Amino acid sequence: MELLPTIWFIAIAVLWTGYLFLEGFDLGVGMLMKGFARNNTERRVLLNTIGPVWDGNEVWLLTAGGATFAAFPLWYASLFSALYLPLLLVLVALIFRAVAFEYRGKVDNPRWRARWDWAISLGSLVAAFGVGAALGLTTTGLPINANGDREGGPFAWFSAYAVLGGLAVVGFSLLHGLAFLALKTDGDVRHRARRWFVRLLPVLLLPMAGWAVSLQLISGEVWTVVAVVAAVVAAVVAWNFARTGAEGRAFLSLGTFLLLGSASIFGAAFPVVLPSTLNPDFHLTISNASSSDYTLGLMSIVACIGLPLVLAYQAWTYWVFRRRVSHAHIPEAHNFLPAIAAKALAPKD
Amino acid sequence: MDALEIARWQFGITTVYHFMMVPLTIGLGLVVAVIQTMWHRTGKPEYLRMTKFWGKLFLINFIMGVATGIVQEFQFGMAWSEYSRFVGDVFGAPLAMEALLAFFVESTFLGLWIFGWKQLKPAVHLACLWIAVIGSVFSAYFIIVANSWMQHPVGVEMIDGRPVMTDAWAVFTNNTALVAVPHTIFGALAVAGAFLLGIAWYHLWRRRHDGIDTIGEDGKVVPGESAIPGRDRADHAVWIRSLRIGAVVAMISFAGTAITGDLQGKLMFEQQPMKMAAAEAACHDGTGFSILSIGNVGSKNCDDIVALIEVPGILSFLAKGDFTTEVQGVNSLIDQYKADYGTHLPDNPIYGERAGQEIQYVPVMEVTYWGFRMMIGFGGLAALAALIALWVTRNGTVPASRGLMRLAVFGILAPFGANAAGWIFTEMGRQPFVVAPNPDPSGIDQVFMFTAAAVSPGVSAGELLTSLVVLTAVYAVLLVVEVRLLVKYIRGGVVAAMPELAHVPVDENEDATPKGGGPGKPGDDVLAFAY
Repeated sequence: MELLPTIWFIAIAVLWTGYLFLEGFDLGVGMLMKGFARNNTERRVLLNTIGPVWDGNEVWLLTAGGATFAAFPLWYASLFSALYLPLLLVLVALIFRAVAFEYRGKVDNPRWRARWDWAISLGSLVAAFGVGAALGLTTTGLPINANGDREGGPFAWFSAYAVLGGLAVVGFSLLHGLAFLALKTDGDVRHRARRWFVRLLPVLLLPMAGWAVSLQLISGEVWTVVAVVAAVVAAVVAWNFARTGAEGRAFLSLGTFLLLGSASIFGAAFPVVLPSTLNPDFHLTISNASSSDYTLGLMSIVACIGLPLVLAYQAWTYWVFRRRVSHAHIPEAHNFLPAIAAKALAPKD
Repeated sequence: MDALEIARWQFGITTVYHFMMVPLTIGLGLVVAVIQTMWHRTGKPEYLRMTKFWGKLFLINFIMGVATGIVQEFQFGMAWSEYSRFVGDVFGAPLAMEALLAFFVESTFLGLWIFGWKQLKPAVHLACLWIAVIGSVFSAYFIIVANSWMQHPVGVEMIDGRPVMTDAWAVFTNNTALVAVPHTIFGALAVAGAFLLGIAWYHLWRRRHDGIDTIGEDGKVVPGESAIPGRDRADHAVWIRSLRIGAVVAMISFAGTAITGDLQGKLMFEQQPMKMAAAEAACHDGTGFSILSIGNVGSKNCDDIVALIEVPGILSFLAKGDFTTEVQGVNSLIDQYKADYGTHLPDNPIYGERAGQEIQYVPVMEVTYWGFRMMIGFGGLAALAALIALWVTRNGTVPASRGLMRLAVFGILAPFGANAAGWIFTEMGRQPFVVAPNPDPSGIDQVFMFTAAAVSPGVSAGELLTSLVVLTAVYAVLLVVEVRLLVKYIRGGVVAAMPELAHVPVDENEDATPKGGGPGKPGDDVLAFAY
């Protein structure tokens, strides 16, 4: 077994897990802008819990993508080109979502805000589903030929696993968002988030559990099956903590569920990075899809320096903004602009 | 159009669009960091106001750069999978490093800066902005390293038909990148300079127009006060200082782009002689620089192009630093390229319908010829305008002329045009190669890839057309939204970014000591600044 490709398989699994752990809750909070939040103040509470951090979280996606390109170019090329249209949807969703965060509060007008609220909510939903579908398919397979190119047209990627993976990430993100809100807000929002968390946990985690279990049936090993069982235990523990009001522990237990679930999924898929549903000879594996040892060695050095730094300063960010956000912290919307603009536009000549 | 052409249009449109946001982010970020440093040092209220006002515009623009940047990274795998397979061993590394070492820094510390006005000590808060801005410069470095490898592949060996990295040092100190990075940073500063100059001009003009500022008997400005919050004497200082900073930045950055551009040109004459010959629409060997060529510049055979005005010697100076060395023209280069890289594309299915076709080695000369001239022309125009602006505003305000004000505002577009033209020139000039071969001894000659072989074989033209239409439409809508939002906040002036000015009677000592905390509801104005 090759050492460096194995290390990089683990590294990419870590990056995707980090992405799901961090962006998971801001995707969830984004989706909860509709349906959960009841009025504009509550929406601003939601936004301000993730405001300082969502952009840093999203970089995990870029890093996971970039690291896949650098370490396994053939995996990156085949996966991204095979999933052309779904990834286009993810891109559009991420674009609107990002712009919506920034622009929503820039004009004091309910219709303006309502539009961007939909952009945040739908954008988060579509992005979560698309990323989940892509991850689901890279573990279960795509119709790729000997060159790694998709056969069978623009929608040949579609399968039940795409839906399962998509639902898995949507469900997990929603729950993770609720856990995060219970941890980061106060008052009504906090209590409602906790209630929803307790009530919805079994439903929302079911697809991810289903994905993990079906992979065990395909290519599981003893330790990955143990990881699935442990993940289920972590979910029960999270549920219990939330029920008794231990929000921090509930959040961490749910994080443990993700960690174990993701380990069981990537562990069962190893050493195949992208199976071909056409012919097992066309499977992309860590051996035939990876970069040279020289490049992997270089990237290892960079990751050893870069990743701990990222973790350190992102952890510091969460520490700086550790205070709970509540109604009391949301100032009135300012309507100074019309006054100034009216003055500015009044023709004098 | 076939898949290849659609994919190329898509890459071109999304990249040029992305690169409207990027230079403003890099340039304005550096300027805001300097201004906040001045506030930190002096405590003068106008510097705080400048930080908040320009910072707000910076953020409105920054987010668009972020949103459109993700498309860039995904696009290589989605639309250019053969390219990604071919170059992955060497090209993926700088992209991954950009995310891991630069973009993480930029995003995280910018989040701290936006939301940390009260939570962080002033020095730490300022440091966060500097770290974010330096992150954006490193970001540019890594991306340009990747791009430069396509212009001038180094540090690799060909193994089983693919370039494999053998010398990371060579890749990351590629001489093409080392001159392109400062050229790009100066280009970004030029954008920021014109941006400050144009907007500050507008506000100074409006203060005169509204009768707040008047001209005294000595011809100097007499700054006045208005009852409207934020339009006081400090407001005048905000704009005149912004204008001067903008003008100086614009002039310095033009000098910077000229010097680095000259170095870049000399390298390109060695590394991609065809690109430079096409920039000149120079068919025959010679020394003259064309000021104006007519005829069918886009024609492929090159013989019906007539140089109307030509300055002898200048082309040689651009290429070699003297006035007499003959520079190779398109006609003699074509023969050389044919001898080195073949006359026809190989009969390989990877080239699709283009397999076996004759190779067209001359880039589209209308684009290279005019792209090169627009880059230099727009850049020079902006610098000249900045010089004139400094002279015209020496009495402390701008002329009352509405036409001049409009000119200054529209002048903001010139450096954007120069940046876009420069990139279009350098990328189109590399065709028909996506990875250009290097005829000079410092490069590795047989590492190259034709663009025709780079597109994803499994992706249909229909899919590519869908994404081209969708992305172009989304980008067009968002451009309108962004510009309208920028205009709104620009018109609103400082108070739009500092609502606290409208709430509290303005005090000369407002925030004279940069300190956080305070009673009441801490963070009010912070949240207003952010979401």
